[in-house]
Amino acid sequence: MISKNGLLHRRTVVAELLRDRGDLLVIAGLGAPNWDVTAAGDHPNNFPLWGAMGSAAMIGLGLALAQPKRRVLVITGDGEMLMALGALATIAVQKPGNLTICVVDNERFGETGMQKTHTAHGVDLAGIASAAGFPVSLLVRKPEEVKQLRDLAHSGVGPIFAQVKIDPEALPFVLPPAEGGILKNRFRASVLGEDALYN
Amino acid sequence: MAATAKLSESRGADWANAVFDILSDLDVRQVAIVPDAGHSRLIRLCEDDPRKTVVTLTTEEEGVALLAGAWLGGQKGVLLLQSSGVGNCINMLSLMQTCQLPLLMLVTMRGEWGEFNPWQVPMGQGTQPALEAMGVIVRRADEPHLVAPAVLGAANLAFNTSRPVAVLIGQSVLGAKNFKELAKPR
Repeated sequence: MISKNGLLHRRTVVAELLRDRGDLLVIAGLGAPNWDVTAAGDHPNNFPLWGAMGSAAMIGLGLALAQPKRRVLVITGDGEMLMALGALATIAVQKPGNLTICVVDNERFGETGMQKTHTAHGVDLAGIASAAGFPVSLLVRKPEEVKQLRDLAHSGVGPIFAQVKIDPEALPFVLPPAEGGILKNRFRASVLGEDALYN
Repeated sequence: MAATAKLSESRGADWANAVFDILSDLDVRQVAIVPDAGHSRLIRLCEDDPRKTVVTLTTEEEGVALLAGAWLGGQKGVLLLQSSGVGNCINMLSLMQTCQLPLLMLVTMRGEWGEFNPWQVPMGQGTQPALEAMGVIVRRADEPHLVAPAVLGAANLAFNTSRPVAVLIGQSVLGAKNFKELAKPR
């Protein structure tokens, strides 16, 4: 589970977070987190993003507010989260108990040439979330902590934030459907029932 | 209270009440806001309604993403913003076009009729073309009695055909501010 750099492997982390996923709803941020979530198994309850950088956490909030009885897990990258730091303040104020934001942090802009992000220079996303008011904000480096995070995301009291340090490895892409209409309609039909298609 | 501010408050009551009733009839549940004085009455009405969740944003594009999530979860929402905030939303609006998601934006205008602040003019004048460039259907309401019908039509268009629609509420409806009336004489 640990790379030769002493870091977690991103696909192992995401697969563990989605283990026995039940009716968990998942928003995947653009780029590698999308491919990681898809590699764990494409699913109608996934809404994987191919663009709209900075939207993942807030889509998660809107969904969590609309579906208070379901668990919502946002899995996104450090670059994507850094573009929406204000969203952490907005979410902390709303206090959605069913929402977890998990940043898989390779300290790189992976899709554009592995340039270093701010977290490579010490910017502490978990500290920012904690300061914004997330009651639970974790820095995760070890396999056993990933297991704890998986359980928190499935049944803990949120909002929960986690920054998971991962190896900056480049892996083969595993792609979900790219067409937004397909992603939207299959998600809504799964969450709301087939009637949603007749609206 | 300055004469223009009084005028603004009295004009605001009627259309804000009518818009609130429309939003309630449509079962709009999430109200995303970056406050504007022109929206203050409507915001108060929404805050007092236990069926609505008012989400104060740090920047307007958060609201575009929030309401995408709301629709995925089966709820309708509305984004209340000032024209300057439209500029913050541009790339995020690609969500609506790509995923065929509804979005109702109610935009209070600055930088046009009677504007005193030159810093408001660029984005005010750019609001409609910027929205249209991103595939948002735009309707204007430049008289108070036209606001509610414009909102009703925009909401039905957005939610029934799954696309983004904005109503621009003109500065002639809201009343132009003039901070110079509030400043000390030099």
